[in-house]
Amino acid sequence: MATTNKEITINDVATRSEELEGELQGETMALNVGPSHPTTHGVLRLMMELDGDVVKKCEPVLGYLHRGDEKIAESMTYNQFVPYTDRLDYLAPLANNVAYAMAVEKLANLQVPERCEAIRVLCCELARVSSHLLGIGVYGMDAGAWTVFMYTFTEREKLYTLFEELTGARFTTSYTRIGGVARDIPDGWLGRVMEFCKGVLPVLDQVDKLLTRNRIFMDRTVGVGTISKEDALAYGITGPNLRACGVDLDLRKDKPYLGYEKYDFEVPIGQNGDCYDRYLMRAEEVRQSVGIIRQVIGSFPEGSYYAEDAKKIFAPQKSKVLSSMEELIQNFMIVTEGPQIPAGEVYFEAENPKGALGFFIVSKGGGVPYRMKIRGPSFCNLSILDKLIPGHYLTDVTVILGSLDFVMGECDR
Amino acid sequence: MATSEFAPLKERFDFLTERPSSDYVAVNCPADKLVELATALRDEMAYDLLIDVTGIDWDAASPRFTGVYHLFSSSEHEYLRIAVDCADDIHPSLPSIAAIFPAANWHERETFDLMGIHYEGHPNLKRILMWDAYPYHPLRKDFPLAGIETELPAADVAEATKAKVLAAPMMGGPFVSSSNGPMSQTEPSARDESWTELKFKPSEK
Repeated sequence: MATTNKEITINDVATRSEELEGELQGETMALNVGPSHPTTHGVLRLMMELDGDVVKKCEPVLGYLHRGDEKIAESMTYNQFVPYTDRLDYLAPLANNVAYAMAVEKLANLQVPERCEAIRVLCCELARVSSHLLGIGVYGMDAGAWTVFMYTFTEREKLYTLFEELTGARFTTSYTRIGGVARDIPDGWLGRVMEFCKGVLPVLDQVDKLLTRNRIFMDRTVGVGTISKEDALAYGITGPNLRACGVDLDLRKDKPYLGYEKYDFEVPIGQNGDCYDRYLMRAEEVRQSVGIIRQVIGSFPEGSYYAEDAKKIFAPQKSKVLSSMEELIQNFMIVTEGPQIPAGEVYFEAENPKGALGFFIVSKGGGVPYRMKIRGPSFCNLSILDKLIPGHYLTDVTVILGSLDFVMGECDR
Repeated sequence: MATSEFAPLKERFDFLTERPSSDYVAVNCPADKLVELATALRDEMAYDLLIDVTGIDWDAASPRFTGVYHLFSSSEHEYLRIAVDCADDIHPSLPSIAAIFPAANWHERETFDLMGIHYEGHPNLKRILMWDAYPYHPLRKDFPLAGIETELPAADVAEATKAKVLAAPMMGGPFVSSSNGPMSQTEPSARDESWTELKFKPSEK
């Protein structure tokens, strides 16, 4: 059978695409990511509308980890709520404990001794190191660089051993009490913290070599997910994410608490506000935190680890409770009725690894707050998503989420 | 310029009154002036960061609901607390400031969700933490800590499991045992899970 050729006309590309305009562009696809998905770092859910590979619309859906912490806080004494603060930003529980205790102490107008402050600074900074190590590790993983995670996770594991020694728990530390901390630091612990500091810096250099000038990592992060200075402030973004946009705001410097003004450290400020800058912020903050930890240990004050004059707030030592009537009554009152905090309204926020974690406490006096609002930094940091993500490729969404370093525990509360 | 004193604020905004506070300067503002105040604070006084929006339920008192706003000046590092009373105790409402501070968008949704304060002019006022069809506002003082049984939101799941309701989340938990009566009744008891399967409570048999 003879073959016949059929002549078909091929117009130029521009004409063809014009003809097919309706077919190619009209169709968008709905894509649901989460709430259970590795890139969402917990239970964030994104409802997206895709045009090809480009995200047209993104609507975050929250609440899958909502436990009603604020309602629970209204029905228990101040000290009983400390374990709940572990579960806010569960990657830096020590820093949450400190921020919460500071808020209540501010309402009680209570000044803790220097040694207690130093312990708390150590807690905050070790928590920051731990949180950022994880943040950088999983961020690398999100961008396709698996090795970094292995390095940072090993270091974080060492930190958890230190936390266990200090608090008795690796993860849910519940270390602070109103007016002090649960117990003094163990013998030789400071030395082991120093050893950790010595070990973590070479690892940071390794991470630096693996990521900072990594061609693939840079291609995926530079210029992606750029937040302008104005947007960052308007959406209430705080912490390293805000500083990556070039806003010089760090509560440790600008509203010093816990004697942070005594320590010499620098606050890294970004320029472009893109995913790459957010990585650089965290890497540098770990180095600065290590510097702070060394200064604290170098001048570690003697004294008491709790406010001794706050008889109605901090429960007395167990040895005294068992031998003295007055202390027994004092202990009984604090355990049953809670630390006695005066009436008033107070707002305190601390510079936590993820941003400013704030507590707004309304008290009518007594041992139970009347109303407590928790301001989770991740909640505010995520509120920009519906503006930030549209216009990016679907693959960039992973990187943007990784770079924002959020925790759903404090977002949904 | 941001301030840590009440006097300069009063000078500029004569409708403000000072509010007792244990820390930063706090003001009471009438609800109809809130938008004007927020705009001026942002544009004239460098309060550029909206930290937090929340509400307080004063239970039996009237006005029952108070909206609370925290502002921060990123350049001058001063906080400011604004409290606005809701005139209506049954259907509390406040003007939305989401157009001035985009950060307020989610905060107001959360306050609406948990406290039931309606924000007039909010672009997308729907629940954010609880699911859309949830009928209550859990942070109100008349909402019990144990929770309230609600209908299962997904009809197909309800059909398949023959379970019509979601139990109150903390019913029978250690925090909801009653403080009255003999000690045997006030002790924490096991959670009542009779709703999950095709089972009846022993008392209903």
